[in-house]
Amino acid sequence: MSRQKLLGLNGDEAAAYAIKQVNPDVVAAYPITPQTIIVERFSEYVADGLVDTEFVAVESEHSAMSCCIGAAAAGARAFTATAANGLALMWEMLYIAASLRLPIVMAVVNRAMSAPINIHNDHSDSMGARDSGWIQIYCENSQEVYDTCIEAWRIGEHLDVQLPVMVCLDGFTLSHTMENVLTLSDEAVRDFIGERPYIKVRGHLGEAEFRLDPEKPLTMGPLDLYDFYFEHKMHQVEAMKEALKAIPEIDEEYAEISGREYRLLHPYMMEDAEVAIIGLGSTMGTVRYVVDRMRRRGLKVGMVRMRVFRPFPTEELQKLLKDVEVVGVLDKAMSFGAPGGPLYEELRTIFYDVDENPIIVDYIYGLGGRDTPPHLIEETYEELLEVKRRGEAVEKLKFLGVRM
Amino acid sequence: MSEQKPGWRELPFGAIPYKSSLEYHTGDWGVERPVFDLEKCTRCTFCHFYCPEGAISFDAGHPEVDLRYCKGCGICANECPAGAIRMVRKG
Repeated sequence: MSRQKLLGLNGDEAAAYAIKQVNPDVVAAYPITPQTIIVERFSEYVADGLVDTEFVAVESEHSAMSCCIGAAAAGARAFTATAANGLALMWEMLYIAASLRLPIVMAVVNRAMSAPINIHNDHSDSMGARDSGWIQIYCENSQEVYDTCIEAWRIGEHLDVQLPVMVCLDGFTLSHTMENVLTLSDEAVRDFIGERPYIKVRGHLGEAEFRLDPEKPLTMGPLDLYDFYFEHKMHQVEAMKEALKAIPEIDEEYAEISGREYRLLHPYMMEDAEVAIIGLGSTMGTVRYVVDRMRRRGLKVGMVRMRVFRPFPTEELQKLLKDVEVVGVLDKAMSFGAPGGPLYEELRTIFYDVDENPIIVDYIYGLGGRDTPPHLIEETYEELLEVKRRGEAVEKLKFLGVRM
Repeated sequence: MSEQKPGWRELPFGAIPYKSSLEYHTGDWGVERPVFDLEKCTRCTFCHFYCPEGAISFDAGHPEVDLRYCKGCGICANECPAGAIRMVRKG
């Protein structure tokens, strides 16, 4: 393990610091709260000559993503960061980045989608983008933001993966909250990420690296109708499967230099848990605290923090939750008109074919940054224990912390 | 179009074409084709440069059209300063 330096950083600064050490070729971004600090810090690094990055101050997020796409297509490492409506403005380009198989890294500082206008945290922005073909990793704290902003390059650029990666961190809760963050040396980061590898492709002029090069011209993203488009989508299906294998491998390698391992899922007190809560992001730190409190009362409760939402770790979740009697899902986004939130729907789907499956209840919480204090989580566990006693859930979709 | 197309495992990575545009014979889209009056033609090569498909060559010393790629747009006939090109129905 290499020597590490302890710094006081908030989530945004942790992302900016990691990206400084990565020293990407291009950063194109547009400021939006609560992501602004990332770009602000990074532009300081550029101004101070601490990075070799071409910093492009674009006029919108659509341009930011377009710029990253162009850069990554030309073979560069490209980074951007955004939040909420900024992510929404990138929408069509998100699909293009993923479908062209460009391993861009983007920090998404999760914020509620307008309207009404709200700058605080929920997951409605990135959950809306869950079908765009990006890998999505949700961080619990600033340390993980730092580590993930380094790992993401290796994950996205893995030759079997070649997909863009969203590093999601909760707005304000993480982005503006100072924490102790252990940081690697610049050399350790450089050695870990190495140079960007390229896939070898068979173009019409023979073998070429998958990047725009006037010497070996390629056409990226040509007209692709009913006779080929479907096949190209299969490539993306396959790449996501490969990502599921690649992420733990890269993680293990990262653990060797950092001592920190993240994996796909973070189970806590699950060995004998009768009821469990599953969710994403920073709230899961609060849940862990509540689990400890309830365990002291002798209650068999556990929790699973989902770190990687895309690709969805189906088998791992089935294994982890099959013996649990009741699972409460924390969804920080609502799919209006749907049976529940995104995590709930997918979790129920993977248990449809499993004989022994838990009762699953959805809790929509924290919309627009609504506080979710420990007592709310504790009440949720009490409810789940009540569901276990009854053997059925009266309501499958609940709204946590909303005034009735 | 009886060609057997490759399955997704055989396709090159990254939504790039698996063959060159030279192999896409888009000439069958067109309704008309250019006919050159070589008496009037001054060999100015405007038609060669204006052709969006690069289908007109002067390799033989005079204009010739490659009907595999000519979509029959008529730009050559419109641009010809000598009025030496007229469009006629294909087939």
